[in-house]
Amino acid sequence: MSLSRRDFFKHAGSAGAGIAAGASVFDLTPVAAAATTLKLTEAKVHTSVCPYCSVGCNQLVYSKGDRIIDIEGHPDTPHTLGKLCPKGAATIQLSNNPLRPTKPLYRAPGSDKWEEKPIEWMYEQIAKRYYDTREKYFIEREPDKDGKEVVVNRLDAIASLGSACIDNEECYLISKLNRTLGIVYHEHQARV
Amino acid sequence: MTTNLIDIQHSDVIMCTNNMAENHPVAFQWVMKAKERGAKVIHVDPRFTRTSAVSDIHVPLRSGTNIAFFGGLMNYAIQKNLYFKDYVVHYTNAPFLIDPAFKTPTDLGGLFEGLEQTGKGGSDPHLAETYNKSSWKYQVDAEGNPKRDLTLQDPHSVFQLLKRHYSRYTPEMVERVCGIPQAKFVEVAQLYCGNSGREKTGTITYALNLTQHTNGVQNIRSLCMLQLLLGNIGRPGGGVVALRGHANVQGATDLELLYHELPGYLAMPLRDAHPDLKTYLEKETPKGGFWVNKPKFMISLLKAFYGDAATKDNEFGYQWLPKRASADAYSHQHIFVDMYKGKVKAFFCDGQNPAVGGPNAKLARAAMQKLEWLVVVDIFLTETAEVWKTPGTNAKDVPTEVFFIPAAPAAEKDGSLTNTMRLIQWHEKSVNPPGEVQTDAQFVCTLAHRLQKLYARSKKERDQGFLAANFTFGEKPDHPDMELVLKEINGFATEEITDKDGKVVYKKNQPLNTFAHMTDDGKTASGCWIYTGVTVEGPDGKLVNKANAHKPPDKTDYLAHGWTFSWPANRRILYNRASADLEGKPWSEKKKLIWWDPEAPGQTPDKKGKWIGLDVPDFNAFLAPDAKGGDKPFIMRADLVGAFFGPLNDGPFPEHYEPIESPTRNLLSKQQNNPVAKIWSLPDQKNDLAAVASKDYPYVITTYRLTEHHLSGVMSRYLPMLAELFESHFAEISLELAKELGIANGDKVTVSSPRGKIVARAMVTNRLKPFKIDGKTVHQIGVPWHWGWKGVDSLPGSRGDITNDLSATVGDPTVYIQETKAFLCNVKKVEV
Repeated sequence: MSLSRRDFFKHAGSAGAGIAAGASVFDLTPVAAAATTLKLTEAKVHTSVCPYCSVGCNQLVYSKGDRIIDIEGHPDTPHTLGKLCPKGAATIQLSNNPLRPTKPLYRAPGSDKWEEKPIEWMYEQIAKRYYDTREKYFIEREPDKDGKEVVVNRLDAIASLGSACIDNEECYLISKLNRTLGIVYHEHQARV
Repeated sequence: MTTNLIDIQHSDVIMCTNNMAENHPVAFQWVMKAKERGAKVIHVDPRFTRTSAVSDIHVPLRSGTNIAFFGGLMNYAIQKNLYFKDYVVHYTNAPFLIDPAFKTPTDLGGLFEGLEQTGKGGSDPHLAETYNKSSWKYQVDAEGNPKRDLTLQDPHSVFQLLKRHYSRYTPEMVERVCGIPQAKFVEVAQLYCGNSGREKTGTITYALNLTQHTNGVQNIRSLCMLQLLLGNIGRPGGGVVALRGHANVQGATDLELLYHELPGYLAMPLRDAHPDLKTYLEKETPKGGFWVNKPKFMISLLKAFYGDAATKDNEFGYQWLPKRASADAYSHQHIFVDMYKGKVKAFFCDGQNPAVGGPNAKLARAAMQKLEWLVVVDIFLTETAEVWKTPGTNAKDVPTEVFFIPAAPAAEKDGSLTNTMRLIQWHEKSVNPPGEVQTDAQFVCTLAHRLQKLYARSKKERDQGFLAANFTFGEKPDHPDMELVLKEINGFATEEITDKDGKVVYKKNQPLNTFAHMTDDGKTASGCWIYTGVTVEGPDGKLVNKANAHKPPDKTDYLAHGWTFSWPANRRILYNRASADLEGKPWSEKKKLIWWDPEAPGQTPDKKGKWIGLDVPDFNAFLAPDAKGGDKPFIMRADLVGAFFGPLNDGPFPEHYEPIESPTRNLLSKQQNNPVAKIWSLPDQKNDLAAVASKDYPYVITTYRLTEHHLSGVMSRYLPMLAELFESHFAEISLELAKELGIANGDKVTVSSPRGKIVARAMVTNRLKPFKIDGKTVHQIGVPWHWGWKGVDSLPGSRGDITNDLSATVGDPTVYIQETKAFLCNVKKVEV
C-alpha cells in the first residue's frame, strides 16, 4: 500500500482523535472529520511555530472560523524538514481543550474558591494593586557603599517571573514595563 | 548556540552530553544525518536513553562530574598532541602571559589565588568567601597590550598554566571521580580529540545537564575550551550546540527577562558601580572588540524606553532606571528566599509555574502563600495560581489575593519566537482567542495604560520615565500591532538622519537596516540592538518583517538565509572568520565557510578584497587578513581571541568540585565544594542539606525530562494526547539497587531528601548502572519532574508528586542557577 503524504496525515489525524476519544474527556470526532474532508477546501492556513521546546519547528495551522481544525509540521522548514515530535503534534489541544479557562478568575484572601470577574474589573484591581504597592514600598534614594544618599528609583516589593513561553515582543513589553516601574526582581525560566 | 542545527550534518564526531533524541527529537535528525555520512556519535549521560541507543558509544558518568570529564579530555588532547596548534596559537589567548602572582589549584590545594573572607556571611562559611581577582590578569607591555609567547613555552603563558592545571585530570583520575572505566575513557578521548585539525571537526551538544549545577557556568566553559583547543569554533561541523528547553528561552534571554541585564546583553545598572550614565558607559565599554559600540546600543535602548523624554540633558533618562543594590540579589532563587522572608510582597507570574518547576518547590509554595497579592497569566490554571489549594494547606490560612488571567497560545496571536539557533521566527494569528482570553501583550499594554492613568497627575520626578514610556503600538491602544513592537525592538530613526552631503539616509521613524547605523546622540532608538535587521522598509515604504520570510534553502545556500532571520545580522554560524586560516583561506576545502577574496570589489571603488562565502561574515567584511586585527576572529571580545583564561567568579579555569550534596569526598583536592557557590540560609528547615556521604541519603539523584511531557507539565498534563502517555510519575532505579532494597518494577516507592519526600512508581531498569567511585559502589537514580497535583480527571497518571520538592536552594556563584542535576536522596519501598 502506498500512502501519499496527505493520506498519511489523514490517517495520523484519525488516530489522534481515537486516542483522545478513548480518554473520555475529549470529543474530537467532529474536528477529525473536518480535518479529513474540509482541510484543503475550506480551511484557512497560517504559519506558526511550535510552542514547546526550542527547536522552533514551523507549523501550518488550519482553521475554519474561530476554530483550529488541524496543526501539522510546515514541510518547507529547513531545520526540521516538516517534522513534529509528540508534543508538537499535540499543539492543537492547547487551543481546543475543555479544561482551558476562558474567563478571568479572582480568589479573595482566605477564600477556598475562585470567582469569575469581568475583565475590566480585573484590570482595574490589578492596576490599583501595582499602584498601591509601588507607592508604599518604592525606594527613591538610599545610601551607597560609602554612605552617600544616591538616587536608585527601585521597587523591591513586586517580583516578576516569566516567560520563555511568550513572544519576543511580549518579553520586550514586560522588560519595558518592569524596568520603567523600577522592578528589579525580574526573571524567567532561563535562570533555572 | 554558536552554530546551526542544519550544519551538524557536517561533523565528523558528535558528543551529546544531553538526551537530545528525547528532548529535542526533531533536531536530533541532524545528528543521525551526520552518522549516515560517517560521523561517530558519543553519548555521555548517567542514563542509557534513546540517544545512547543510536550512538556508537555510551559513556555513563556520575552526575556532577562533568568538569573532571572535560578536563580529562583537554589533558588527553594536550598530552597526545591532538590539539589544533595553529588555531590555538593565533585564535585564542593560549600564548598570552598571566601575572606571575597567579596560582592555580595545583599549587593551592584546590583553590585559585585570591580567596578572601568577606566577613559578610556571619556564621555561614559559604557566604563568607569570594575571590579577589587582582592576579587573574594578563601581563602587559609599555603600551598596555597583552604580552604573548607564540611558542607557548613560557611557564606563565595561558597554555602552560592550562596544561599544568589539567595534568591532574588523568584517565585514572577520571575513572575515580566520574566512574568511567579508563579504557572506555581513552577510547572516547581518542575518538573525539582525534577528529581535530584542518580536515576534521567535532561538535558538542548540551542542555540543562550542564547548567543545573553549582558550577554550571564552568561546566559550559570547560566544553567551550575543549572546542577551542581542537579548533572547532566557527567552523562547519563544529561549534557548541546549546539546546534550550522552551520555545523562547533564547528570545526571553535576548529581550532580558533576567535581573542582571537590559535587552541586548547590557548590564543592569548597579547602585555603587554605575551612579550615572557617563560612569556606566566608561565602566561597561571595553577598549577593544565590537563592544566598543556599547554606548550607541545603550542610548538607543534608553530612547526606545523613554522616547522624546530621553534627552542628552537628562542622561537619556538613565536615572529613571532602577539601580541594583548588589550583584548578589534578585535572581530566581533570590525571589523565593526574599518572598519567604517577607521582602517581596507581590508577584506577577506569566507563563511559568514555580510551584512545580523551580528548585525547592516547597519553599516556593510556602513563599507564595505569604504574598499580599499574586497575578498569574497562563493558558491553564496552574499549581502556582492555585497555591492556596496545595494539598495539606488550609485555604483560610492563605491571605493572598490571586488574580488569574487566561492567556492565549502561539496559534492565537501574532508574534515571534527565537529558537535555539537564534532564528527569530514569526507565527501568525490563526483564530481569535476564545472568551475573555487575553494575549500577554494585550495584558501588559492594558495594565501599563491603566497605571499611566493612575499616575497621570504625578509631578514626582521618579514617575516621569514611566509616564513617558510608550505602550501604544498601532491604532488600538490595548491591542498592540505586534509588527510595530518588533519594529521598536529592531530600532528606528527618531528624527531624519542625513549623511555628510545632506542626503537623507533615514526618514523619521524608518526602521534601521543594521545596528552599525546606531548612534549615541539620541537619533536612533532600539529595544534590542542584536535584533536589528529583522524589520526593514521595503521599496513601497511598507514594513518588511523578515521573521516571517520563508524562502527554502537551495544548493547554493544550505544554511537557508532566506528562512526567517537569525540574529545578529542574519549570521547562521558565529565566529565564522575562524573557519579560515591566518591568510583568509579555508582550513580545508571540505570545511570551507567564509574566505577572503582578494579580487572582489572592496569597500570603495579604488579598493579590492572582501570576505565572501556561504554565510554572512561574522567580521568586518572588508578587513583584509593581513590588516591589523584581520586574523582575530572573536570580535565580541576586547582582545579578539577565544578565551581559555576567562575570569568568572569561581576561577579562570574550570576545576572539579563535588556537588553541594555528594556521595564522596572530592578525590581531586581537599576542597570539597565550589568555594564560592551560593548556599542560602533559611529558617524553618526550608533548606537543610545532606552531609557528604550521608548515611541517611546515600544515593545520587538526577532530575530530567521526557519526550511526552513538557517541563512543569502546564502544557502537557492538561492535554489528553500527552497526559495519557505515561500512566504514572516514576523513578528510574537500577536492577542492582532495586535488588538491594527489595523493590520490584511498578512498586510504589518514596524518594526523600532533607527538603521533602515524594511517592512515585519504581521503574526498575538496566538503563542505570551503579558507579564505582574510588572503589566504592555509588547508586544513582533518575526522576522526571513534570508532575503536580493538577491534571486530567479521567487520567490519574497525569497527576503526581512534585519532584522539585526534593531539590535545594543552592546556586552557581556567577548566575545563581540551582543544582537539580546532582544531589542526594534516599529511596524506600512503600509497604502496602
